[in-house]
Amino acid sequence: MASLPEAPPLAALVGNPNAGKTSLFNALTGARQKVGNYPGVTVERKQGRLTLPDGRAVDVIDLPGAYSLEPRSPDEAVTRDVILGVASGERRPHAIIAVIDATNLANHLRFVLELKRLGLPMVVALNMVDLAERDGLKFDLAVLTDRLGLAVVPTVAVRRRGMAELGTMLAPLLARTPSPAVPANPDRVADLRALQREAGSIARAATIGEGGAARLTRSLDAVLLHPLLGPFALAAILFTMFQTVFWAAKAPADWLTARFDGLGQWLAANLPPGPLASLLVDGVIHGVGAVVVFLPQILVLFAFILVLEQSGYMVRAAFIMDRLMARVGLSGRAFIPLISSFACAVPGIMATRTIEEPRDRLTTILIAPLMTCSARLPVYAIIIAAFIPARSLWGPIGLQGIVLFALYLTGVAGALIAAWVLRATIMKGKPQLFMMELPKYQWPEPRDILLSLWQRARAFLERAGTIILGSTVALWFLASYPKAPPGQNQLAYSIAGRIGGVLEHLFAPIGFNREISLALVPGMAAREVAVAALGTVYSLGSGDNHGLIARLHAAWSLPTGLAFLAWYVFAPQCISTLAVTRRETNGWRWPAFMFAYLFAAAYVAAGATYWGAKLAGL
Amino acid sequence: MRLATLAARTPATIAAIGCCGDGRCAMRMREMGFDEGVEVQVLHRAPFGGDPIAVRVGGATVAIRRAQAALIELIPLPLAA
Repeated sequence: MASLPEAPPLAALVGNPNAGKTSLFNALTGARQKVGNYPGVTVERKQGRLTLPDGRAVDVIDLPGAYSLEPRSPDEAVTRDVILGVASGERRPHAIIAVIDATNLANHLRFVLELKRLGLPMVVALNMVDLAERDGLKFDLAVLTDRLGLAVVPTVAVRRRGMAELGTMLAPLLARTPSPAVPANPDRVADLRALQREAGSIARAATIGEGGAARLTRSLDAVLLHPLLGPFALAAILFTMFQTVFWAAKAPADWLTARFDGLGQWLAANLPPGPLASLLVDGVIHGVGAVVVFLPQILVLFAFILVLEQSGYMVRAAFIMDRLMARVGLSGRAFIPLISSFACAVPGIMATRTIEEPRDRLTTILIAPLMTCSARLPVYAIIIAAFIPARSLWGPIGLQGIVLFALYLTGVAGALIAAWVLRATIMKGKPQLFMMELPKYQWPEPRDILLSLWQRARAFLERAGTIILGSTVALWFLASYPKAPPGQNQLAYSIAGRIGGVLEHLFAPIGFNREISLALVPGMAAREVAVAALGTVYSLGSGDNHGLIARLHAAWSLPTGLAFLAWYVFAPQCISTLAVTRRETNGWRWPAFMFAYLFAAAYVAAGATYWGAKLAGL
Repeated sequence: MRLATLAARTPATIAAIGCCGDGRCAMRMREMGFDEGVEVQVLHRAPFGGDPIAVRVGGATVAIRRAQAALIELIPLPLAA
């Protein structure tokens, strides 16, 4: 009988941010995960399996980027704890794969020297040698290996070059026992300086040729970081992003809508009338279908954000925005999680782990839900389609796109105001530092982008099939029973109608009718469920077979439509966001606070919009 | 002269790194590659008032606020003849 398989040995990928650890991890293990170009994309634990050239398996863990073993932020603390073997529930790695950027050798070698003192077996991946060669740098590997006393393998992770050699060098290290750690000089500054001098001396000895600075990066930065052109470029990039979301996704979204409508009509024609037909047509097709048709828009948005991250532009955006962020008491660093929150607040909130100052981090977490996430797109899109005419203002720039852009800007403004208020009251603290490395621009890897998009699409469809389907079916049931006697409105008579009637008292002052009040409840599960809920409620309430857009246009006044948009700029409804906030802040206090302040803001904004629009005679 | 006031595209060498508060920010600057004897050059100034600045230091480009850059004392490099 074969003995029980033991867990394979563990190797940890360690290196400075932007050294290309995550790409190397993908290249080694084939694991699929997000590859980013700004410090801190690896905030979650990522493990994969590598098969060595001799056939043995090794578990590889991708640790967050760090500049030293002295942690500056929660994610750097993870790196230190794992390497030292003090992270709870985590094996100590048997070996380290230190990843260094060949174009920034001296600085990255300093961290390698610091790691080497720990005594763990280690191999060095000299990454991005292709970029270094492009800059005119060559390396004497014999000198580097000799001076470091470590095996060094040149790699190009994004092209999967050097992976077999890295495996060959790693193999003999895994069985080696660690040497005793060399104690560090207790004077941290003196210690750091000594390491830095040594690293500089090794780098000089091992480098052949004078590196010209990366020309492409310099010329791009001359425009993108220009004091006048830079902000325009940032605004133009964001504006293009939101226009494209509507423009490029229109054809596939129309196609999906037609398919769902066709399916609904086919079911209605071929099923005997009764509860089953109603459940499928009103509940599933008009409910879930109303959300699924937004998949193309959500993917276009995610594609933009992935390209911004991987190209290296995201940190530039942080650089441009730092001054403005400082005005509200934050730093440019907070801008990156906030931009990610345009896709979804959950990864945005997790990305705040790179922020070292706890109050800054908490403030960023609390305002992240104000950045309009992709789940709000279905809500915005449907209300805009129902109430804003599809007029072209100039070429491909349409009125609907402008309104969408304005909604995003309102969210951003709300976030900045909220940050300012929080920093002036409960989050008072010293102004913090801003220091970030601007990575070289890189052409995003299409394969990585497509894989990320596929993961997003799958996650979205899974949500549609579980949370959204579940809440929609539940709502259909509550809205269909008990059956109204002839002559009475079914929705008003149903359980859901009665609940909506009670909630209506709360929401009537801000212009919301019973159907909206009702849709807000299942909308707690996820924001886009509100659209599914409206789809079901209005589908049940009317015998005709018009789409939801036409129904809303007929049922709501313009002020109500605008108030609903304003509500969703601030809307606190998203269980996932509250759950991740609870996890990241270790308790219910901050998610409760977040919910309360967002609810109040949404209520006030919707009310002000409703009454403002009414007074304006809309 | 201090890094905060160094003209753009003018190389200079770091003479000393000052200390602020608990010394943590000086440590961080060192970790990013700032060190005595290292050559630096200001590449860009941010919009909205020229703060922060983007500094070339060794093989890296680092964005840093001027308040922190003021802690870095420089020796101007003589212009190459």
